[in-house]
Amino acid sequence: MTAGFAPTDALSLRRDAGARPIEAAAPERLRHAGTSVRVDGIVKSYGGHGPAALEGVSLAIEPGELLALLGPSGSGKTTLLRVIAGLEIPDGGRVFFGSQDTTDIPVQRRGVGFVFQHYALFRHLTVFENIAYGLRSRPRAHRPKEDEIRRRVERLLELVQLPDLAKRYPGQLSGGQRQRVALARALAVEPSVLLLDEPFGALDAQVRKDLRRWLREIHRETGQTTIFVTHDQDEALELADRIAILNKGRIEQVGAPHEVQDHPASRFVMSFVGETARLPAEVVDGQVRVAGRTVIAAEAGWPQGPVDLCLRPWDLTIGQGPGTLPGTVREWRRTGRGTVAEILLDGAEAPVEVKVTEVYEPGDRVSLAVGAARAFPRG
Amino acid sequence: MSETTVPSVRGPAARGSGGAHAALTEPRPVRIALTFAAVAFLTLFLLLPFAVVFVEALSKGLGSYLDTFAEPDAQAAIRLTLLVAVIAVPLNVVFGLCASWAIAKFDFRGRNLLITLIDLPFSVSPVVAGLIYVLIFGAQGLFGPFLQRHGIEIIFAVPGIVLATMFVTFPFVARELIPLMQDQGTTDEEAALTLGASPWRVFRTVTLPNVRWALLYGVLLCNARAMGEFGAVSVVSGRIRGLTNTMPLHVEILYNEYNYVAAFGIASLLALLALVTLAGKTFLEWRHADALAGRGAH
Repeated sequence: MTAGFAPTDALSLRRDAGARPIEAAAPERLRHAGTSVRVDGIVKSYGGHGPAALEGVSLAIEPGELLALLGPSGSGKTTLLRVIAGLEIPDGGRVFFGSQDTTDIPVQRRGVGFVFQHYALFRHLTVFENIAYGLRSRPRAHRPKEDEIRRRVERLLELVQLPDLAKRYPGQLSGGQRQRVALARALAVEPSVLLLDEPFGALDAQVRKDLRRWLREIHRETGQTTIFVTHDQDEALELADRIAILNKGRIEQVGAPHEVQDHPASRFVMSFVGETARLPAEVVDGQVRVAGRTVIAAEAGWPQGPVDLCLRPWDLTIGQGPGTLPGTVREWRRTGRGTVAEILLDGAEAPVEVKVTEVYEPGDRVSLAVGAARAFPRG
Repeated sequence: MSETTVPSVRGPAARGSGGAHAALTEPRPVRIALTFAAVAFLTLFLLLPFAVVFVEALSKGLGSYLDTFAEPDAQAAIRLTLLVAVIAVPLNVVFGLCASWAIAKFDFRGRNLLITLIDLPFSVSPVVAGLIYVLIFGAQGLFGPFLQRHGIEIIFAVPGIVLATMFVTFPFVARELIPLMQDQGTTDEEAALTLGASPWRVFRTVTLPNVRWALLYGVLLCNARAMGEFGAVSVVSGRIRGLTNTMPLHVEILYNEYNYVAAFGIASLLALLALVTLAGKTFLEWRHADALAGRGAH
């Protein structure tokens, strides 16, 4: 966070919530900092079109946690986020905020902050009025006074580091600035849960990087339970406390970034959280064999019989001797970080990029030593 | 929205008039000939008649031109036309908003049928539209006896004229709003809902402002047509001077009586209305092109 930012102000957005009379006035909202969220057996289907369906998704999010819903398009991650927000009504299953069943509470009263993929800022309203919108939407009895609204909006503008843009219109802002305004607008209603749909999807790489770091800091400041949807594994790994990986409407794995990266529960997770080379192999008598040659010893818990052997490119090195995998160089090139060869392992469908120290010509035969690997049932 | 945030590579073909026109440029003589043909056509069929209206109206001098409007029947026609527009246009605004809201924001059975029905008035001859109302509400019509028994006059009275005008101007507002609302989608509304706004507040503060220029545009066209409608109104009006004569009908009556100055005098008012509409339309298209097309800066 920059030096100009006053931490006490940001903290008061949430931490003082209970103490302030104005907060206590709104009865039906859930306003304790860091609410836990639980979804239980969520089923949602669409008649053939629209967003992806969900097939019985259960997930628990700790209070104050920053959780990523990661998955390819069509995996149902956005649908799940919208179900939690109350923007979609599930066909089955329940949603809980803390101990309260919120499944039947309409979105207006659910007390969520939602940041839309394309921000959905109100284009005819200034930045100030966009952020004030939620406060002005409250029933008259609970609506803060004008100077209170002004104070809060200014505090939020400080928090998102845009104090001078209050009078601008969304059309006059850059993508990153719009994203910040959208977040400030969502935070203004003091939601119990903050939900972000592909928050950085529409931004270019540099802005995305800055905003990631910044969102992490905001989360640290506010302690808000936060769920964000992304299809970018780097984003999820860098930002989230835990990651829930979705595929075809089901959760494949939930875990801390290092868990999903180092101990992927399925082949899908393995290939989704990082570049993966895949080889058909066989586990026989505790040995992994590729095309009849023993490569490495099988680890405990690996399935017997035909498997898919999954390898990370950084676990592969040019090597000789028994247990190496033969392959053909497709291409060799220099990059900013050294030289790499694109190698198609015998039996693999797609080539992998391996760091090399020597010069290779396309067509050269090489063999690769395997540092580590994982095996999943052939599927 | 995405144009500014997503770095996109736009081929020359992506914009019809952009980089592609070099390849499509015609030889100079062809261009001049085409332009001349278009201008000549417009002059002959649009500008000339337009000028004639004013020339004829003022042919006996400004005094007799102004006398036209002192005539009680003329004043009654102007009043009736305004009355009809004042009733028909707002009702069509309400209808247009409802229909386009339903069509653009929801997916329901019969949606396509509704879109087709909205276009119906465009494809039906106005005279037929008028006749339909005569057949329904006229003395020999479906509800005729019932209406007579209760002393309600629709045909050959103001209600009939309003109904016929509404039928003819039905599509104007809805047709402007539907594509725009479809293009804008529902995320703005969803955002407002998550912020705790009631549905009415969402409509008032988000949906309506998002379509305000297109709505004004639709109202402008709707109003021009409502005031200028002849065919349908002429069937249901009965043309009772001073009672059920609208301006276009009054023009025809005066013309048939060889009262050219008066006929063109009233016609000049309608022509002025057209000019005002055109100016307003052009202004909106120039100033708010983005908002009308729905790709306004987000």
